[in-house]
Amino acid sequence: MRVYLDNNATTIVDPHVYEAMEPFFCQKYGNPNSLHQFASDTHKPLKDALQKIYAGINAKSEDSVVITSCATESNNWVLKSIYFEYILTGRKNHIIISEVEHPSIMATAKFLESKGCKVTYLPINSEGIIEAHTVRDFITDKTALVSIMWVNNETGAIFPIKEIGEICAQKGVLFHTDAVQAIGKIPVNVQSANIDYLTMSAHKFHGPKGVGALYMKKGKELTPLLHGGAQMNGFRSGTLNVAGIVGMGKAMEQAIDSLDFEMSEVKELRDRLEDALLEIPDTFVVTPRAKRSPNTILVSFRGIEGEAMLWDLNRANIAASTGSACASEDLESNPVMEAIGAEADLAHTAIRFSLSRYTTSEEIDYTIEVVKNAVKRLRAISSSYAYAPTGYNNGLNESH
Amino acid sequence: MGIDSLIGGTIWDEYSQKVCELINNPKNMGEITQEQADALQAKLIVADFGAESCGDAVRLYWAVDPKTDVILESKFKSFGCGTAIASSDTMAELCKGKTVDEAVKITNIDVEKAMRDTPDVPAVPPQKMHCSVMAYDVIKKAAALYKGVDIESFEHEKIVCECARVSLSTLREVIRLNDLTSIEQITDYTKAGAFCKSCIRPGGHEARDIYLVDLLEEYQKEKLAKQADSSYDAPFAQMTIVQRLKAVEKVIDDNIRQMLIMDGGNIEILDIKENGANFDIYIRYLGACSGCASSSSGTLFAIESILKDKLDENIRVIPL
Repeated sequence: MRVYLDNNATTIVDPHVYEAMEPFFCQKYGNPNSLHQFASDTHKPLKDALQKIYAGINAKSEDSVVITSCATESNNWVLKSIYFEYILTGRKNHIIISEVEHPSIMATAKFLESKGCKVTYLPINSEGIIEAHTVRDFITDKTALVSIMWVNNETGAIFPIKEIGEICAQKGVLFHTDAVQAIGKIPVNVQSANIDYLTMSAHKFHGPKGVGALYMKKGKELTPLLHGGAQMNGFRSGTLNVAGIVGMGKAMEQAIDSLDFEMSEVKELRDRLEDALLEIPDTFVVTPRAKRSPNTILVSFRGIEGEAMLWDLNRANIAASTGSACASEDLESNPVMEAIGAEADLAHTAIRFSLSRYTTSEEIDYTIEVVKNAVKRLRAISSSYAYAPTGYNNGLNESH
Repeated sequence: MGIDSLIGGTIWDEYSQKVCELINNPKNMGEITQEQADALQAKLIVADFGAESCGDAVRLYWAVDPKTDVILESKFKSFGCGTAIASSDTMAELCKGKTVDEAVKITNIDVEKAMRDTPDVPAVPPQKMHCSVMAYDVIKKAAALYKGVDIESFEHEKIVCECARVSLSTLREVIRLNDLTSIEQITDYTKAGAFCKSCIRPGGHEARDIYLVDLLEEYQKEKLAKQADSSYDAPFAQMTIVQRLKAVEKVIDDNIRQMLIMDGGNIEILDIKENGANFDIYIRYLGACSGCASSSSGTLFAIESILKDKLDENIRVIPL
């Protein structure tokens, strides 16, 4: 059995999406900007796709949902354009993000910081959630933008976007949300929350890689990041990724149709996996279930380093993820584990399981069995569960 | 750089086959109890290194024959990633049958090399080297325990990187053994500098009295000094003109100048010329030396004979 439980990283392409994209490679391959039938053949499918994407987030037709190459591009666009328009001109000097944003926000904010922009990194609480009032506390009359993700990629924690949006509207500050992990998992409605900008990515909801979008509310349109042939109404130049856009439209339609399934069946499977994992002693899950997207578990097995667990899972053909030190290029521990103030000993133990509507009950049963065996094997190796002679003090219990 | 660095591979691709096998089936994983040690009439040593909060911790068990100092049995337990398990296992294996003094000589490089499939290909990617350094450290700790060095005194060793608890002596040794030249390499090998980064250079969120950049500089200076020393060892005739000047300066600094200064004089090297088989070193006396009677006799002969002795038989010293 081969089990894919890394759906917050990317997802399988829905076969209907694949089917919808197929004609745009070898038959309807025209450049939409040209003046001939090949081009015209793409116009209606593109428009249909955009309509599905608009409908998926309840955007108004006068708003702009601009197709980009990925969520990273969308996030860079927002922050850098705000920098060009507000910070560089001296009108404002400050942006607010959370301390657990995706690297495409985090690294961009750090870059802008190096260019003189002030950045506040809002803390999360012990449940892994941003409290809306902290946003209010840090807004100044020089704040240009607040950018807070809708759902955290590591924990699945749902942030209070509605409240944060209201605070931003009251204070006259622009509000952007990275909704990459929200779409297809919980209802996303830009009208519900005073959202000015919203980022999405097709491959997180069973669409193709290489296509994302940025929602911009009417009147809040950003300076383009990519200049050129003035595609997408001049907001984002570059020949349209016709197949990608068609695929994203179809994927959005499927995702919206599957929302109930996601919040019932997928959640049920997730809960079953989580219950079984929590039966293992010394196991901890971050963020209460009710405050999480229905597909995600971030779990810590005491005494087991994250990469070692991934190794054993991979040997059993199970794909999961860890943000912890030893599996990554740098040697930092999982930033979320640090931010929630988890015990230092657990910082390197976090494993993320993320399900999708393609996850089956059999896969969950199999995963439970494999995890239990892996915990048994790795704890037998682990020095946390090692024998020490009586009275022996290794002097390692001091805090570091 | 270039094409190979554009698509990041998984670090697992860079593990040797041996490393993979050891992760799956570590041979020396486990514990030695007091009873087991007693049955072997051995002294039980239990040594810890690292901390879970840093992502790696290893506990080494030794049963040592107190009469011969031979390590009869060696086991480990490890909180750590796959390579930490593999290198701890290899370390425990390498200890077996050695005396404690021999075991202390096992380095992180021995551990890493023992896990290679082919001699020239590293067993693990660079950022995983710290796992083998840890194996090396825990042996030293076990040896310190066996030899009755107080654990407290061990703990009070100068720590440069507090987060990863990397000591000054470990850093100095690892830098020398592996000829490290960058902060990134130090971090790969020891984990020092990977966490709060305060220990890398001044200006971090915590002030330190010694930084990793200082240690690199210290090592570079040491290397330069060694190079200078080794050029001093090379035959004078094979040196470049600059090396010859330096070598002469050094001999004079080490053996002669101090004496002259004490008498209120000094000496200046003006030139070195090859004159047939001879090397003519032109000097000028300064201060009290110029005009001193001995400067053209006793002192001159002394200088010439020291230079002949230290550098080349064919040296002649000519005062101007």
